[in-house]
Amino acid sequence: MSQKLTHLKELESESIYVIREVAAQFEKPVLLFSGGKDSIVMAHLAYKAFYPAAIPFPFLHIDTGHNFEETIAFRDELVERLNIKLLVGSVQESIDSGRAVEEHGYNASRNKLQTVTLLDALAKYKFDAALGGARRDEEKARAKERFFSHRDEFGQWDPKNQRPELWNIFNGKKDLGEHFRVFPLSNWTEMDIWQYILLENIELPSLYYTHEREVFERDGVWLAAYPFMKLKSDEKVIRKRVRCRTIGDISCTGLTVSEAHSIEDIIDEIASSRVTERGGRADDKRSEAAMEDRKKAGYF
Amino acid sequence: MSGYLDMELLRFTTAGSVDDGKSTLIGRLLYDSKSIFEDQLEAVKAASERLGNEEINLALLTDGLRAEREQGITIDVAYRYFATPKRKFIIADTPGHIEYTRNMVTGASTADAAVILIDARNGVIEQTKRHSYIASLLQIPYVIVAVNKMDLVGFSEEVFEKIKAEYQQLIDILHLKNIYFLPISARDGDNVVTKSENTPWYKGEPLLQLLETIPVKEEIDELPARFPVQYVIRPQSDEFHDYRAYAGRIAAGKYTVGDAVTILPSLTQSTIAAIDEADKSLEEASAPQSVAIRLADNVDVSRGDMIVKSDNLPRIDSNISLMICWLNHRPLSIGGKYVIRHTTDEVFGIVKDVYFKVNINTLENIKDDKTVQMNDIAHILIKTSKPLKYDLYADNRITGSLVIIDEGTHETVGAGMIVDSLLEQTFVI
Repeated sequence: MSQKLTHLKELESESIYVIREVAAQFEKPVLLFSGGKDSIVMAHLAYKAFYPAAIPFPFLHIDTGHNFEETIAFRDELVERLNIKLLVGSVQESIDSGRAVEEHGYNASRNKLQTVTLLDALAKYKFDAALGGARRDEEKARAKERFFSHRDEFGQWDPKNQRPELWNIFNGKKDLGEHFRVFPLSNWTEMDIWQYILLENIELPSLYYTHEREVFERDGVWLAAYPFMKLKSDEKVIRKRVRCRTIGDISCTGLTVSEAHSIEDIIDEIASSRVTERGGRADDKRSEAAMEDRKKAGYF
Repeated sequence: MSGYLDMELLRFTTAGSVDDGKSTLIGRLLYDSKSIFEDQLEAVKAASERLGNEEINLALLTDGLRAEREQGITIDVAYRYFATPKRKFIIADTPGHIEYTRNMVTGASTADAAVILIDARNGVIEQTKRHSYIASLLQIPYVIVAVNKMDLVGFSEEVFEKIKAEYQQLIDILHLKNIYFLPISARDGDNVVTKSENTPWYKGEPLLQLLETIPVKEEIDELPARFPVQYVIRPQSDEFHDYRAYAGRIAAGKYTVGDAVTILPSLTQSTIAAIDEADKSLEEASAPQSVAIRLADNVDVSRGDMIVKSDNLPRIDSNISLMICWLNHRPLSIGGKYVIRHTTDEVFGIVKDVYFKVNINTLENIKDDKTVQMNDIAHILIKTSKPLKYDLYADNRITGSLVIIDEGTHETVGAGMIVDSLLEQTFVI
C-alpha cells in the first residue's frame, strides 16, 4: 500500500489543478496580487504549476496608495525574481479622474474604492479570468463561493444563482465582456496557509513578524499611525511591538500585539488565538453582510 | 506541529430536511471542537438576538447569505472547515429542500462520507429516502445515519431501533454500503463530540470519533491508473529548450517511471521517462497528485487526451448511458445538442433518449413522462461527437462523471454519472 497524501499536499495538488485549469480554459488570465500571505502562496503555487516554464499570466496589484512600504518593496522583489509582468491599478488615479469618490471622516478607507479600480483594470486589459487568494474560511459570504465564480458584464456576483460546481470539473464558459474570478485556495484555512509557508519555506514581508511601530487604538483594534489616518481627540499614538496577521490597506489592517519572530512562533500564536484573522479588519465590521455586499458589487 | 503536517483530509456532506437540525449539528461540531472564534460567536449571538432567537442559533454560523438568514434556511452549499489533532475536515453543508436537490448533488459529488439526519420523532420520511438515494447515486463511500433530537423522545432505545429497522429497507433497495447509525442530540451535544450519558445502551462511538476513523480514499491509488492531460508545459527558455511535459492531476492509480503507457484516443504507445513535481523529479506518483509526466517518445499529446497504463485501458465509446441530475430551469431537450465536459476533454453530445425518471421520494421509476426538469434525476442516453475515454462512475468518480453545459447560456445544466445501460435495471431499485 502506498503512502497517503497529507492534507497539505492534497490541498496543494487541488490548487495547482485549478491554476492550470485557468491557463487552459481562458485566453487572458491575471493573478490578483496584494502582497499578503495568501497571494504570496498563490504566486508560489503558480510557479510550481508551470515549472520550468514561466507563469503564463501577469500579476495585477490594486494599489490604494495607502499600502505599507514593506508590501510594495516585497512585491517588486518577488515579480523580478519570478520574471512576472506586474500591472498596477491605482485607486488614487481613480479618485483623481472622478471614477471613485474618497470617503471622509475618521473611518474613511479606500478599501471599497478598490472595486472601481479593479473592474476598470480588468476591462482595460480585457482580462477574462482573475485569480484571487480568497479562502472560504475567511468570512461567511466567502464560504458560499465557487472555485470558478462567474461575473456578469457589470462585474457583479449573484450569490443566489451560482453555477453548480461538481466533482473537479470547472466550467469557465461565458459571454463576451463577462469574466470569472477563480479562487484556487478555496479549501485552505488560515492554519493551512501558515503550515504550508513553513513546509515550503516561503519568504514573507517583514510586516508579518514582530516589529516596533507607532500605533493607536480604535474600537479595541490597534491601527498603524500614518499621516493620512485622522486621529480622534482621545486617541494617543504610542510605540508598540506588533505584527500583521493579515495585510490589507493601512486604514483597515488591525495589528496584533505580538512577539512572534518566526513562522513557528506565528503558528503557535494562531493555534492559541481566540479571534479570527479578519477580527481586526475594519472593512468587515461595517455591517453584518459587508463582505456579501462588496462581493456582489465586484470586490475581490 | 509535526502531527499537523501528517494529517489526512476528510470531505463530508450533511443532509437532512429543514428542521432536522443540520446546521445546528455543524455549529455543534465546530463549537465543541473549538473551531469557532470569539468574534464569530459574538456576531452569531448578536444576529440571533436580532432575529428573535432565545438561545444562540448555531445555524447562523453556516447560513452566510443575507437571504438565508432572513428566511432561516440554507439555500446554497456552504463549506466549513475544522480540524482535530487527527484529521482536517471539509464540510459541505447542503440544503435539504427538494427544490435544492441540485445543490445537494453538488455537495455530495466530492464527499468521502455523508451524514444523514433523521428527526427521531418522525423516523424515515420521504426526505430521508431522497437523501439516501443521492448518497447512493453519487456513490458516497460511507453513510452515517444520525438520529437527531433524541432528547425529545426521552433517549429511547426502542425508538432508535425502530428507525434503524425502517432504514434497513432503504439499505437493501439502494445497495448502500458502510452504514453507521447513531443517536444524537445536536442541540445539546449528545454523542456529537463526546459520548452521551443519556444513551448508555448505545455502544458505538460519538460522531466526531467516527469521522476521525473511517478510512479515507483508501482504494483510489489501487484503481487502474488514469491521467487526463490538462496542460502541456513547454518552456520558451534556452535552458529547457527540449523540455515537454504533460501536466495534470492523477485521477486514479499509481504511475512509476518506466511504466508502459498508452495515449488515448490515439492508442499510441510510449514509456514514462520522468514524473516531475515542479523542480523535483519523483520515482512514482499516485492519485490525487498534480504532476507533469514526460514521455520517452516524441508523440502527439494534447489537453483532453488520457495517458493510461497499457495493461488496463478504460472504455472508449461515443454512446454513453448516464444517470443525470438536471440543474437548470430550462428542461432537458431530447434531441438537443449540448457541450459535454468530461475530465479535461470537451465534446458535443446529443440527447438520444430519456429511459426513465426517478421519483426520488418514492424511489419509483417514471417511464411515461420524459420531461426532465430542474432537480429531476433521470436515466438517459447521449451520443458524443468524439468517443469518450471513460470508466463507469461506480468504478471511478472522476473518469466516470461529466457535466452538461448549455451551448447558448454557457450554464452548467446537468450532472452525469456514467452507468451501464439500465434498461435491464441493475443500478438501483
